[in-house]
Amino acid sequence: MSTPSPAAPPVIRVSHLTKRYGAQVVVDDLSFDVAAAETLVLLGPSGCGKTTLLKMLNRLLEPDGGTVEINGQDVRRQRPEALRRGIGYVIQQVGLLPHYTVAQNIGVVPGLLGRPAAETAARTSALLERLHLPAARFAALLPAQLSGGQAQRVGLARALAADPPLILLDEPFGALDPLTRAAVRRDFRELDELRRKTVVLVTHDVQEAFELADRILLLHTGRLQQLGTPRELLLRPANDFVRRFFGPERLALQLRVTALAEVQPFLAPSTPAALHGLPTIAASASVHEALARLADAGAAGLRLADKPHQLTQGALLAAFGRVLADEAALS
Amino acid sequence: MKTLSELLTFWHEQAGKLGQQTLQHIALTAAALLLGVAVGVPLGLWLTRRPRWAPAVLGAAGVLQTVPSIALLGFLIPWLGIGATPAILALLLYSLLPIIRNTVAGIQAVPPAVVEAARGLGFTDGQLLRRVELPLALPVIMAGIRTATVINVGVATLAAYVAAGASASLSSAALRLIIQ
Repeated sequence: MSTPSPAAPPVIRVSHLTKRYGAQVVVDDLSFDVAAAETLVLLGPSGCGKTTLLKMLNRLLEPDGGTVEINGQDVRRQRPEALRRGIGYVIQQVGLLPHYTVAQNIGVVPGLLGRPAAETAARTSALLERLHLPAARFAALLPAQLSGGQAQRVGLARALAADPPLILLDEPFGALDPLTRAAVRRDFRELDELRRKTVVLVTHDVQEAFELADRILLLHTGRLQQLGTPRELLLRPANDFVRRFFGPERLALQLRVTALAEVQPFLAPSTPAALHGLPTIAASASVHEALARLADAGAAGLRLADKPHQLTQGALLAAFGRVLADEAALS
Repeated sequence: MKTLSELLTFWHEQAGKLGQQTLQHIALTAAALLLGVAVGVPLGLWLTRRPRWAPAVLGAAGVLQTVPSIALLGFLIPWLGIGATPAILALLLYSLLPIIRNTVAGIQAVPPAVVEAARGLGFTDGQLLRRVELPLALPVIMAGIRTATVINVGVATLAAYVAAGASASLSSAALRLIIQ
């Protein structure tokens, strides 16, 4: 969620990690680092080994070769339970304990860590409020009484309850309908404390990967295809698989990786009168974000921060087309 | 009508014995049941951790279940003599199958996602068992214990034949009366 500082030591260091099921190699000699406060998305088609890889980070699965170090310490030197209590974990099917209330579910890890109950209660209410589940209404409910979206919000709160510096998420939004998925994803993205946390998220949803990732690790048949920013993967694919993987959604992804600053040279200036009173958007925001905000607001337009440009859908798309044409001409 | 009044007279005469033997019947059933739970539930739990053994153990318990109760007591008497011991052992063997099978079924019915999430949050194996698996499997395990109870109450009547002193001896006396 933020740019990692290159000087800080990696939170996760994976070296030559390998996992086999019988004769089949599901994770094949993977090595990579994850920096503090970085969001790394493990992306790839079904069966590419991304979930297996994630589960080896918190020792739910043991590798057949290679090492995982978290904060410089080999995970095999730590008791698995102690390791896992320090790492948030969210799965697609949520897995709330059905006989615990919402509040008890969220309080599980602080309880295991022996934190004071009063502190946990306060933290639980705060998290529920932030995830738009008012504690007064939801804290005493059982998981069976929640909708899918509400249950996964509780799942997120449960992973964050003990304030772990590292969070692993396995297709956290995969089981939700598109509208709910977008809403839960937005709330997840807007959680302030996530900006300080190191996040590893598994998904097969390319749009989701581009929306959330600082860097994407693209996997295919257990092998690393490319590791880089969404922009690098899209514009400088390392091989044919990477190119083909993004092919069908190329245009939509390009909207996500193109910043307003890039289209700005192709925007016509507007008069001060037209700009008056328009909500502003930062030049670092993507064209996709600007279009989404325009669609949401239904307003006359947005103003590019500190620039005399009124952004409308037509003007944005025309300028974006010019950027694409320029890129095509260059390559 | 004559038989019925004779039966009532018989019960009336034996009222003191009837109460005592009812208590013995209950004690016999309860003892066997407690042992059945003490053996069956841990065995069932062990099978959920070693599923390879499940068919063999459940099969053996199933075979025991098919042995007619009189025959089973017949097998046990030469070995254990007569008295409460063979009776309790027989009842214990009959209670095993429903208890083991329901323990296995109950634990296996806990959603895998719940188990994975609990592990991922940092539950130890013991905590997972005590705080997640057993509470969720409890209704199914209890149903197995209930089935075992029903079986045992019925089979305990036959314990009279090994002189375990249950109300069975009265029942058989009453039965003789009716047959006459």
